[in-house]
Amino acid sequence: MKRTVPLIIAGTVGFVLIVSYFIPYTESWGEDAMTWFNILAAIAFVLGAGNLVKMHLKKISDQQAGWGYSAITLAAFFFTLIVGMLKIGVTPSEKYPTNAWAGPYDQAGSAFRWVYDYLFLPLSATMFAMLAFYIASAAFRAFRAKNVEAIALLTTAFIVLLGRTYAGVWLTDWIPEESIGLEADALRLDNVTGTIMNTFNLAGMRAITIGIALGVASTSLKVLLGVDRSYLGSTDD
Amino acid sequence: MKPQTLGWTLLMVVGGAFLIGRAVLTGAGTVYVQDVEIEVEIEDEAEEEAQVVTLQRVEQVPPNARSEPGVRLSYVHTFGLWVAAACTLGIFSFLWGDNPLYKVTEAIFVGSSAAYAMVVAFWSELVQNLCGNLLPDLMRETLIPGLKVEEPNLWYLVPLVMAIMLLWRLMPSGGWISRWPLAFFIGATAGFRMMGYLEADFTQQISNTIMPLIVTGADGSFQFWASLKNMTIVGSVLVCLTYFFFSVEHTGPVGWAARLGIWVLMITFGASFGYTVMGRIALLAGRLEFLFDDWLWLIDPLGRRLDM
Amino acid sequence: MYTFLRDLDRRWIFLLMGIVATVPILAGWRFPEDPSPMVRDVFHAIEDLPDGSRIFMAYDYDPASQGELHPMALAFTRHCALKGHKLYFFTLWPQGGPLIQQNIRLIERNFPDYEYGEDYVNLGYRSGQEGPIKVIVTDLRKSVAVDVNGTSLSEIPMTRDIRNIQQMDLIVNVSAGYPGTKEWVLYASTPYNIETVAGCTGVSAPYLYPYYPEQLAGILGAIKAAAEYEYTLIEEYPQLKDDPTAQEALRRMGPQLVAHVTLIVLIIVGNTIYFVGRSRGDVT
Repeated sequence: MKRTVPLIIAGTVGFVLIVSYFIPYTESWGEDAMTWFNILAAIAFVLGAGNLVKMHLKKISDQQAGWGYSAITLAAFFFTLIVGMLKIGVTPSEKYPTNAWAGPYDQAGSAFRWVYDYLFLPLSATMFAMLAFYIASAAFRAFRAKNVEAIALLTTAFIVLLGRTYAGVWLTDWIPEESIGLEADALRLDNVTGTIMNTFNLAGMRAITIGIALGVASTSLKVLLGVDRSYLGSTDD
Repeated sequence: MKPQTLGWTLLMVVGGAFLIGRAVLTGAGTVYVQDVEIEVEIEDEAEEEAQVVTLQRVEQVPPNARSEPGVRLSYVHTFGLWVAAACTLGIFSFLWGDNPLYKVTEAIFVGSSAAYAMVVAFWSELVQNLCGNLLPDLMRETLIPGLKVEEPNLWYLVPLVMAIMLLWRLMPSGGWISRWPLAFFIGATAGFRMMGYLEADFTQQISNTIMPLIVTGADGSFQFWASLKNMTIVGSVLVCLTYFFFSVEHTGPVGWAARLGIWVLMITFGASFGYTVMGRIALLAGRLEFLFDDWLWLIDPLGRRLDM
Repeated sequence: MYTFLRDLDRRWIFLLMGIVATVPILAGWRFPEDPSPMVRDVFHAIEDLPDGSRIFMAYDYDPASQGELHPMALAFTRHCALKGHKLYFFTLWPQGGPLIQQNIRLIERNFPDYEYGEDYVNLGYRSGQEGPIKVIVTDLRKSVAVDVNGTSLSEIPMTRDIRNIQQMDLIVNVSAGYPGTKEWVLYASTPYNIETVAGCTGVSAPYLYPYYPEQLAGILGAIKAAAEYEYTLIEEYPQLKDDPTAQEALRRMGPQLVAHVTLIVLIIVGNTIYFVGRSRGDVT
């Protein structure tokens, strides 16, 4: 019951989706399965939020180190949740002006949108902007031309870095369009970058893509046939 | 006082004085809005004349429109702008080292983003697709007035039951109950991904690689560069695949091919590194522009403060 | 000097990076662009469609990638509106909704003749990562019954006759990662042969090249491609030349150039320290 039924469910839904791919008559079965899948994905957000609350409440009740930050996390969570669920500050849409709940939850001017614009957006964008600093530090400390492979990687990186800005044009603009009957401008950095991307990068990534595709197909098949049961977790409960 | 503490204190004082100076002298960090009234006519079958409902909206306007009629300073948005700037600087402060300001901003980020995702999922998927199909009449009268679903679709009881089972995971006992919906999730993912990857990333990629090695133009002339490019692509894909193929020992010709494959992959990774750098710098430039333009008014690339 | 550089605190590198990104922004440095053939392919995929074509604007990005992708998305929206295409906005990212609204704001400000429901519609967000693609590619209403305002798709003129996204003339996808361009290629463009163009982050651009040109009609990779796209747009529509809102990516190329050169210098200096250290027996 605890392990057999999940295996049957996984196998059945997986094969329904495979069959719906080949047989037009079963297309709507696949659509229904995917609609349910999407609803479950939405529930996963609720589950994630529930876990977050549970974890931080425990941290606060145990007075663990840094519990004050957990309190801030929960305060931010509940503030966002309440203004979003109650659609605070949302005005009705023009189509249904008498229905206060019909306006979009993220309408400009609403409290939820305030949270997005002035809290979530700057925090999220800055988190990722920080990577510019760390990539510079890593370039200085870790990027070493220790062997031929590393030199190939570094040289390509230099060409792409220059070729994808005006520096590439400025440095190699002197190369004539044609010389001794050949298209010499192919040697300009911006063109070399294009060649690297469209030829070597394309080929390398294609091989990786093919490899990943085979990996995904075999893993999926193992799951559907019940060979891979790791997603069921331990056998204790 | 320690030299480091002194340095920070000085920085705070000078920075604070600069900010106050900017705010007082130039009005930097303020947001202006305009109240917009939208009149909507609604037809009531009982009434002969159409009823007019006025909707109030608030729109942000550029600062150089602040003297226009109807435009006012928005305290809510101005406060928000300073909060956003503080959050930006709070995250950046991690560059110096871990500190309480960073931890506070991080905690706010975690809390608000979890709730944000939950709210969005609730309104866009659970209300519209789950409740909209199970309780169409109720939804039409309350949350989705434009819903056209007439009869309840009882098939949607299946995802409802699975949703409850999934949430059971939060309970202290009976966590195994969530395995059923989890199995549905995993099985569906395996099913659609297997077909998707096999078609687009396997067979189609092989098909894309089957290209003419000798390219000729419309007039039948031999195209050297196009032919060289195609040969390089085909050859490079093959040598890279050889490198990934571990069922044959990488010695002799296979070893040489695998070695060539490594070089092609190194070029690929070098290109990826270049592009990654490009992306990261763009993100940083975006944040700096926010600080210098929206907050401090040091630059005005969009001409929002012209003639002020 | 060697010891100083070897033991250099990483915060000096951070400061240097901050300065090289700040100075060009404050100075407003701009550089000319020369659009690559790939960018021209993307441009023509939209430009060559008959006016009023149906375009599915799948904007799958969030604030974390806004600095890189928002200029690109705005350029796509502006281009499509200039051509008078019908735009169907949709996102697979929960945080993508307000960014779509900013694109719609651009339409409202610059194209007063464009009418909601007639010329553009906001279908909003749907959860399930790539799940919604699998549904809307064969039955749009099963996943999106109403738009963001709660209006049924059968009441909106431009969606009334749409059964699924196979009826679109083009998918324009702006992607910050997963779910994004790869998923649109896997579940829409490849199996149903729907013409697709993509704009993506620098991190994911190299991974998408294997799909070009058979499965993707073109790829805009990172801010540089966005700048080239804006340049092409200005070339074709000269009225945009004096509009600073149409040149956001072009403006960003200033800090980009200086930072790229700085990074190269950092790698060279780092390697010099490494080799000097090795010759002195400091490192293995």
